[in-house]
Amino acid sequence: MKTQLDSALQFHQSALNLQAQRQQMLASNIANADTPNYKARDIDFRSALKGALSERMGPLALASTSSRHLDVAEQMQFGAYVGYRREFQSSVDGNTVNMDVERAAFAENSVHYEASVTFINGLLRSMQTAITGQ
Amino acid sequence: MSMFNVFAIAGSALHAQSARLNATASNLANADSVAGPDGQPYRAKQVVFTAAPVSGPNSVGVTVSNVVESAEPGRLTYDPSNPAANAEGYVEMSNVNVVEEMTNMISASRAYQNNAEVMNTARTLLQRTLQIGQ
Repeated sequence: MKTQLDSALQFHQSALNLQAQRQQMLASNIANADTPNYKARDIDFRSALKGALSERMGPLALASTSSRHLDVAEQMQFGAYVGYRREFQSSVDGNTVNMDVERAAFAENSVHYEASVTFINGLLRSMQTAITGQ
Repeated sequence: MSMFNVFAIAGSALHAQSARLNATASNLANADSVAGPDGQPYRAKQVVFTAAPVSGPNSVGVTVSNVVESAEPGRLTYDPSNPAANAEGYVEMSNVNVVEEMTNMISASRAYQNNAEVMNTARTLLQRTLQIGQ
């Protein structure tokens, strides 16, 4: 059974989860700034959140009729919404990490994460006010 | 809490960059050395980075997969009084390119700083998350 608190928190929970995943991906990009042939990746936040809210984040269940079919369970979370970044300037070693872009995205995503946490706190505080009646 | 993976990712990058800094320090220290313990002149060492999954495909860290020695010929200097000089009076020095090493060092320290910053941000965000509802 879903309580009112659950449904009120569900949106922020999905957003927070998605932002944590995106933070991880951006950290990977920054970590691999000097790795040859590494391709920078990012999550399409808008469509991923839409997918998460309609509970379509997991991989689709596929019937495997042969032992040589790929295993869908090993796919990454939000894998359908992950894309590769477009390159501004190509580098000799095939690395597509642009540190300016990654740092900006990382800072922006941290602020969004903090905003989500603040919203959750505000929601819980008003719920508490309603419960205690004070 | 997937945000914990950020520590693993940034940590692997810190480790890799410090290995690179170590290699640069060895190269710079041996820029003028003539013969190593094996009687051969010192060869410049470079680390090779490879992207490596930390935990799951979403979080990609970085590891030092190999340390390669530069195949460039050593610097020849004319110094007949040196005991290591060959029949023509030339001494083979190490093949370290000091300019290259200095730029390498700056690049490694910037990357290190970036990843330390990523860790700091993740720590702040996790602290905020732990304070939800308080």
